[in-house]
Parts: sequence; C-alpha cells; structure tokens
Amino acid sequence: MSARDLVLGRLRAALASGAHAPVEVPRDYRHTGTLDLDQLVERLTDYRAHVHRVVEAAVADTIADILPAGGTVVVPPGLPPAWLPPTVTALPDDGLDNMRIGAADAVVTGAAVAVAQTGTVVLDGSPDQGRRVLSLLPDRHVCVLRADQVVATVPEALARLTPHRPLTWISGPSATSDIELIRVEGVHGPRQLHVILLPYRE
Amino acid sequence: MTRRTFLGMPTTAPPGVGHLRGDESFPAAARRSLTDPQLRRNLRHATTTIRAKSAGVIAEQSDWEQLRAAGAAIKADTLHRLPELLEQLEARVTEAGGVVHWAADAVQANAIVTDLVRTAGADRVIKVKSMATQEIGLNEALHAAGVTAVETDLAELIVQLGDDRPSHILVPAIHRNRAEIREIFLREMPGVDPELTADPAALAAAARRFLRETFLSTPVAVSGANFAVAETGTLAVVESEGNGRMCLTLPRTLITVMGVEKVVPTWRDLEVFLQLLPRASTGERMNPYTSMWTGVTPGDGPQAFHLVLLDNGRSAVLADEVGRQALRCIRCSACLNVCPVYERAGGHAYGSVYPGPIGAVLSPQLTGIDDNASLPYASTLCGACYDACPVKINIPEVLVHLRAEAVDARRRPTAESIAMAAAAYTMDHPRLYEAAQRAARMSRVAGRRGRGLPPPLNGWTGSRDLPEPPAQTFREWWADR
Repeated sequence: MSARDLVLGRLRAALASGAHAPVEVPRDYRHTGTLDLDQLVERLTDYRAHVHRVVEAAVADTIADILPAGGTVVVPPGLPPAWLPPTVTALPDDGLDNMRIGAADAVVTGAAVAVAQTGTVVLDGSPDQGRRVLSLLPDRHVCVLRADQVVATVPEALARLTPHRPLTWISGPSATSDIELIRVEGVHGPRQLHVILLPYRE
Repeated sequence: MTRRTFLGMPTTAPPGVGHLRGDESFPAAARRSLTDPQLRRNLRHATTTIRAKSAGVIAEQSDWEQLRAAGAAIKADTLHRLPELLEQLEARVTEAGGVVHWAADAVQANAIVTDLVRTAGADRVIKVKSMATQEIGLNEALHAAGVTAVETDLAELIVQLGDDRPSHILVPAIHRNRAEIREIFLREMPGVDPELTADPAALAAAARRFLRETFLSTPVAVSGANFAVAETGTLAVVESEGNGRMCLTLPRTLITVMGVEKVVPTWRDLEVFLQLLPRASTGERMNPYTSMWTGVTPGDGPQAFHLVLLDNGRSAVLADEVGRQALRCIRCSACLNVCPVYERAGGHAYGSVYPGPIGAVLSPQLTGIDDNASLPYASTLCGACYDACPVKINIPEVLVHLRAEAVDARRRPTAESIAMAAAAYTMDHPRLYEAAQRAARMSRVAGRRGRGLPPPLNGWTGSRDLPEPPAQTFREWWADR
C-alpha cells in the first residue's frame, strides 16, 4: 500500500462513523469598507514605514531625497524610467546575482494592491515589481503605490489578486518580537520601507 | 483508547521519534519549573505584554466575532471533507510544477525529507520556524544523516544555539530574557561582536549578520505552511522577520512539510484567516511578511518544490468526534497567552512541542492518551482559552472529554488492579497467605517499614504506607495458644 493510499484510507476511516451534514460557512463579516487613504498612511506609519504623498512627476525627486547621491538601486524590468533620479546608479535586473542585489543601497518597485485597514502593500511579481528576491535583499525598499491600487479591506485585496502569481504581503519593515515580545524593526528583510503614495489618476 | 496500528485505520503518532511526549508527567515537570522565579517573571512579562497588544487590535476589528464564526466553520467543513480536499490540493500543486509526497508518520516524513536533501546534494538546509518539523524531530533525523539544519527564526536560533527546547508556539524563546539571550549569543554565535549589548535591536542585528551568508549559500530550505488552498494549490507562510522570505525565495529547492489539517478549501477562505491570525497571534493588524506561492514560478524563487503531507496521528484525532476540533488550530498561541496554568508552569512542563491549552488537547490525541495521560489535567477549566481562540476550539470541552478517556484507560489492567488480583489470590490460598505474612514480618526485621511490598504488590504500596507488621501473625498467635 502506498503512503498516499494509507493516509487517505486512514482519514476516510476516521470520518466513516457518523453522518456529516454539510457545514454552512457564515460570511457575514465585513467584505468592503470605506476607503480612507489617510488610514493607510497612519497604519503604515504606525508600523514604522515612511510614507511620502506626492504627484507622479515628483517621484524621482522624492527618491533622490531618500537615497544617498551615487547610491545603487536595483530596478525591476518594467519600472517606469521617469521614477529614477539621475543622482542614483541604476542596476537593471537582467538576471542580477544575489550578491549584487544584496549589496545595493535600495530597490524601487511598484505594487499590485494595498490594504488601508492593515497598512499592507502586496507585490505580485508584475514587471514593475520583478522577482521576489529584488525586494528582499537590499536594505531599503521604496515602493511606489497609486491611490487606485488601494482597497479598504483584506477581502477586497484577495479578490484583486491572482493566486498563481508569487505574492508578498508587506506590512512595514522586517520586524521581530522574539525578545521579550518587544517589537524591533529590521531583522532579515529590508530595514527601511518607504511608500510613495500617488494620487488618483486625473 | 489503545494505540491503533492496523493498516488503513486511524493511527496515533509512533513513539521513539519526534517531540510529542515528555520524559515526565506534567505535575512533575511543572513542580520543578515553578521553583524558577526568573522563568515565571519572563513568562508573566511576555504574556501580559502580548495580551494587551492583541486586545487592542481585536477591539479595532468590529466584525471579530463574525470572523471567528467563519473561521471555525471553514475549518469544520475542511475536516469533514479532508480526503477530497487533499486530493484536490495534490492535483493543483502538481499542475503548478510541485511534487507532492505523503507521510503516514514522523519516520516516513523524515525519510522523505532526508532523501530529498541528499538528492539535492546538500549537507545543510535553512529552516523557517515550523511546528510540524519540530513535531517529527526533523532536525535530529537530518543530523543523523549528516545534514545540518539551521533554524533561521530569531527565537528558534536562540533555542538552537542555547541547546534548549522551545517553550511557546509563537515565541519559542519566551522563557529567555534579553540578558540570557546576550549570554547565549556571546557564547555560541561564531564571529559575534564581543561588545554585543542586551539591547533587543542589537541582538536582532547580530542574528542578521550571522545568518546572511548562510541564507545566500544554502541550496535547500525546509518550511512549514500556515495554509494551503485546495482550490488553487497555493501555499502561505506568515512571518515577521524576513527569514521566511529568504528561505522561500533564495534556495534552489524548497521542501514544505505540512500537517494534513492545514488545507483550506478556497482562495477566498484566506480572507478570514489573514485577519484572524495576526491579531490573535502577535497582536498586529498584519504581520510584516506573508509569502504565497503556487508550485514553481519560472525564473523566480526555488525551481524545485516538494510538499510533504503529514498524518502522524492526525487521523486518530479526526476519528474522535469531540476531540477533532483540535485540528482546527491555526497555531496562533492566543490560548497560551491567556492561560493561568501556562503562565506559571511554562511551556517545557507540557513535554510536547505543543504546549499550553491547545497542547493539552492536541498532544494526548496525537500520541494516544496513555502517553500523555496527565496533560488533560493541566488546566483549571477556566475557559479563557476558548474565549481567546480565533477558530473557537472548545478546549475545556475537549479537556473534560479526554479526562474521561484517561479514566477509562486506567480501567484497563494497571499496577493497582494486578496488585489487587494478586492479593485476592493469596488470600484464597492459606499457605500462600501464611508465607506472605511471614515475608512481611521478615521485612519488619529488615527495617523496611513504609518501603512497600515487592512487585507486583508494590503497585498498591507505591503511594501508601504499609502498616508496620506485628512481631507475630494472628495465625501464629492462635496456633501457640
């Protein structure tokens, strides 16, 4: 008997006694909410992310203020080139190795979705976000988010996402509470998270 | 309940492998941990802190009770349909380029993972904190095969470097304070800065430096899973530090070991658990990082993905209509943080990797009641755990149910019943009875008062003082008259 048959057989035997009426799942929790961009900003900030609210034309200047002049920036293949200031050295991801990604000063990405109530941005590997490793190894992550990508609730976010894409939900910088349950920002992931929030498209 | 070993029948977890059984009973272990004032201070501080954080973010969520009801129902539905959902999960993962393995118990799971690591040509793996792999003793099995398993979660690293045991599901080093952690790092962490302070930020930075090179150079990772979606084949790992993302992203090969009960039916079901888990667990609106992946994504992350589906006693839990609700557990540890017994006794007293109220109902069911008979009594039945549970596991109900089972188990032949049967036989046979009385008098001569009777009669006298035998038995006195 294969292990598969053995396990499935045991589980079926375990359920054999007693009839099971189908379980009705009550879904009367909140699915949508009133979208409040200020709430997103407040909750991102509460978990030590830095938020910058600017128009799209000012993204490059904002990044120039965040990053040191001459700093190296990992760039996903589909990132709008106008977002990068001339003061930084771009490292386009044409298959960069992990050592070079890790040695960069920052990565700039777009985002797929953000959740206002939890202060979360979600990356889904689209061309303006790139491979998962790009937003993992550099010490600073600058994430450019459009207002129309923000939803109020977690259910709304899941409905917008495509399950088979690799998804990374990010709520503030890397953190731990493993020592006396005191939250410390910055363990293995980026120690700084900057979110540049753009207004709704005109 | 006897240990069931028939093929195809629900079966408890085998002894001799993994960490579901302690070396001593809960009362014995708790009595010792209660004498450690530092441990109790650390635990009181930690559980008080996390209770307040969790209460704050739960109060923000006005539909918390509706989410709990939905979470409980999704899990109950999952358990009723577990075989078909696992087959669906297997099909979706396979379609997405993953390989699914089935493990009836800890021994099989350890062998599967060890073989996969060997095939990948690795002598080291990086690990994301995983209750399932602790349960089966995977690190020890890999070590025996010459493979080093590096725990990358900060608390697990503290436990591993300190040659210690985890004492909490979420914060395995909860029993250590910052000064103790600093000492462990200074003593055990290669290349650590000798000027390291006990500031938590400095300790976290030391772990970052220590592990970075290991993350970048290790070709195989082993993880657990918080959720697996049958409908889509998507796996989810919820974490804080980024060590999970490192393990799930950097290696060439990813091996995920998952208890069969972690499957959920639909993608949409995650909307419930992603709201319940962080608020109940770390007391955050959302944990810093959640990774989701479906099979293999060409050009992004591990290009070989193996999913090991683990039974190891879960089928036996599922067979118990009252006890099976313990399989709803999403390992948030809220029940530990509110439990007055856990707060005083600490996690080690429970023996198993699953401590606290959930451990008291889960471990005895996974192993069979005989091997964890004292755990259902490790509770005052105050009910705080039930109120705190985000999937509404009625832990007091299961505790009472298991106490009844423990009593039934004692009705099977025990030391006491054997002793009583031997006494009855002896009293029915006058020569034997006289001999026994003379033996008792001999023991008086030998000065053994209170030491009890020889086996099998010691089952009776083990917890009772034997009256001092008289110098002359009644029968001898009668014969002398």
